[in-house]
Amino acid sequence: MKGSPPAGRVSTNAIMKYIAEIDVMPQKEILDPQGKAVKLGLHNLHIDSVGDVRIGKHIRLEVEAETEDKAKEIVDTACRRLLANLIMEEFTFTLQAQQS
Amino acid sequence: MKFGVVVFPGSNCDDDAVHALRDQLKQEVVKLWHKDHDLQGCDFIILPGGFSYGDYLRTGAVARFSPIMDEVIKHAERGGYLMGICNGFQILAEARLVPGVLLRNTSQKYVCKNIYLRPESKSALITSELEDRAYKIPIAHGDGRYFADADTLKRLEDNDQIIFRYCDENGSVVESANPNGSLNNIAGVASERKNVFGLMPHPERAADPMLGNTDGKLILEQLLNAVLV
Repeated sequence: MKGSPPAGRVSTNAIMKYIAEIDVMPQKEILDPQGKAVKLGLHNLHIDSVGDVRIGKHIRLEVEAETEDKAKEIVDTACRRLLANLIMEEFTFTLQAQQS
Repeated sequence: MKFGVVVFPGSNCDDDAVHALRDQLKQEVVKLWHKDHDLQGCDFIILPGGFSYGDYLRTGAVARFSPIMDEVIKHAERGGYLMGICNGFQILAEARLVPGVLLRNTSQKYVCKNIYLRPESKSALITSELEDRAYKIPIAHGDGRYFADADTLKRLEDNDQIIFRYCDENGSVVESANPNGSLNNIAGVASERKNVFGLMPHPERAADPMLGNTDGKLILEQLLNAVLV
């Protein structure tokens, strides 16, 4: 009697795997000396049309959750509690269900 | 007074702190492993300098969730004394036990040299009885640029929570004496209740007469005398 759900009903508690692509960036008002140094380097290469450069982090997570909303909640909590420090950084992320 | 020096993976100033407190200040000191849950009855906890967890993600960000930190945070909430030096300050900031954050030095360089500090707070135990002069203390960090938003900064000033500022050898707080781009030359801050102290400079590295500089010992002795009262 195990396995597929009863006919005509879609299982609501299947665990899905999601991929979160997270960007953590220094807040706009905070000086980013790394970005400034890289901008200088680009100008030294005569890539002069580059204006402001800001450097952050890209983090990729695999998340298992029942729904996309739950996965979002997990990623948001991970960002707020550890991955970003909201005193100095801000974060954005996208979420994609992974094909199994 | 019983001191506890927490050892995280990557701590490297734990022995300096133990030496300063045990051999110079003649205090009882134990090391506390970061995976423990027991503060062993210590009255004063030190988070030492180093590169806990390789400074991965952000300095202090991972150490902040080490098992012993639950007990350290409870200790601070009970009003217990807690001091973070250098990486320890970064851990305190990540744990929100002191306000603000430590960003990458404006110069993008790791700075290791003697600097001068001026004691600021008249109400924090760590500075209240220090002389109004410049103290020579070493720094050694790549991420020491103190930052807090304008509201927080005003609260810090109004509540007398800024404990040290970088100054020149005459005690003048000037931009040229700022080694890392810290806001308003801030080198150390206290918590609102002033039982938690965070500072980037290393008083424990200037506590042994054999090393030719004992200004750090003066700061630690003053702190010890103040908390024993």
